[in-house]
Amino acid sequence: MRRFVSAAIFVIAMICLWHWIARLTNKPMLFPLPWQVWEYLKSAAEDGTLCQATLVTMRRLVVGYIFGIVVGLPLGLLTARWRVLQDTLGVLALGLQTLPSVCWVPLALVWFGQTEAAMLFVVVMGTLWSVIIATETGVRNVPPIYRRAALTMGSRRLHIWFKVILPAALPFIVSGMKQGWAFAWRSLMAAEIFVSILTGFGLGQLLQFGRDQSAMEQVVGIMVVIVVIGLLADKIFFSPVERFLHRRWGTS
Amino acid sequence: MFGPKTSSASEELQVIAPSKLSIENVSKRFRTGTGDVLALDHINLQVGEGAFVCLVGPSGCGKTTLLNIIAGLEKPDSGRVLADGKRVTGPGRDRLVMFQESALFPWLDVFGNVLFPLKLKPQLTNKDRRDVARYYLELVGLTRFERANIHELSGGMKQRVALARALAPNPRVLLMDEPFAALDALTREQLYGDLQRIWKERKKTIVFVTHNVREAACLGDRVLLFSPNPGRIQDEFEIDLARPRDINSVDLASYSSRIMRSLKGFNAEPAEVPL
Repeated sequence: MRRFVSAAIFVIAMICLWHWIARLTNKPMLFPLPWQVWEYLKSAAEDGTLCQATLVTMRRLVVGYIFGIVVGLPLGLLTARWRVLQDTLGVLALGLQTLPSVCWVPLALVWFGQTEAAMLFVVVMGTLWSVIIATETGVRNVPPIYRRAALTMGSRRLHIWFKVILPAALPFIVSGMKQGWAFAWRSLMAAEIFVSILTGFGLGQLLQFGRDQSAMEQVVGIMVVIVVIGLLADKIFFSPVERFLHRRWGTS
Repeated sequence: MFGPKTSSASEELQVIAPSKLSIENVSKRFRTGTGDVLALDHINLQVGEGAFVCLVGPSGCGKTTLLNIIAGLEKPDSGRVLADGKRVTGPGRDRLVMFQESALFPWLDVFGNVLFPLKLKPQLTNKDRRDVARYYLELVGLTRFERANIHELSGGMKQRVALARALAPNPRVLLMDEPFAALDALTREQLYGDLQRIWKERKKTIVFVTHNVREAACLGDRVLLFSPNPGRIQDEFEIDLARPRDINSVDLASYSSRIMRSLKGFNAEPAEVPL
């Protein structure tokens, strides 16, 4: 409760500061006041555009993210298991992870055109490599004694992989998934701002429309929504998992 | 695996006749940066049913290597190990190992760790598994800590859980690799008592590796002294003392000083032979 109160006070103070600076500059076209942003968000929520855009963006994000994990996790395991894959796929993943995934946008457009597939491709490229690398690192860091202990208890091959190595690597894998999420989110926003996809307007596109119409309250409003979604994802999905890991492993 | 589930918890807890280990001409060589080390040089050893055998020696004398070979975690260069007359080709549930670090799984709680080997026994029902796990947690005195996380336990408690986990699948041979080396003296003393009680109650064959001569004299029926480089059995002692033995007793001290003298005979300087 105390933590909530201090957070609430902080947010209110930030809004007040924002209001004060906006008043000082006195150029609402360039620096909207908090209530203008609020008005925009309210009207956008009422006519459904905000909800629609959020849904479109979240669908792209979640589908691409899940796809990235479903492909990346097994690839990471395979990479950790076979030296050949480590020297090939592992190096490729390492290299591509350093590539900001916005760089995929032009290529995605040429390959897939202005379609959902292009969006998905960019999100997957954002997620995949960090998941592969985190899984591989996690597996390599599993103390060999766990495997030996499991062997003496009669655990073999697949059982060892699923019941020993995978859970032992979980802290690494979760942090890789978190990083993948952040990368996916960034790359999707960049892609949506760059490209209009006629099958659905996401938050990034709404933001870009705001700029085109010089409606800064819309730009800032969408930015607020993006921040809130990021916070919620962290608090609802990642925080509980991380808390569990800290409790079990005793790290914090 | 698909047969009728005839086994029950009570059957699972039954005492099985302990097995006999036979180590025949086992040799093992390691290549290191500075050259070859003959960790084990034609070791021959018979371990009787229900015996408690301690392997003592300075570090690098190959005693842990021998334990790993018996466990099936390492392969000998030559020679063979028989467990119950059957050649050891790999790790098996009939020969469980307790390591120096507890090797407990941090992603499972105490109960989950003891349950782990039981889940690998398809003939048991889930209820059997829980009953067996509870039985062994009680045996090591940790019933209250069933739901504790591993990192919350003290070193001694961790080794108790490791012991319960090793005992749970009812192995006939228990291989212990300096399991108490990292514990404080008081905790160790308690565990000596517990281990002797459990060994007697559950009738296991135990091979126990240690560099602590007194510990070996306290626990073993037989104490085998290893010499390093090449790793050989240098000497053997029968410890003919009543149980449960107290590590501080005078009789035990005379045994351990005899072993110590023999140890110093070939090991004038405290050897830290690199392996």
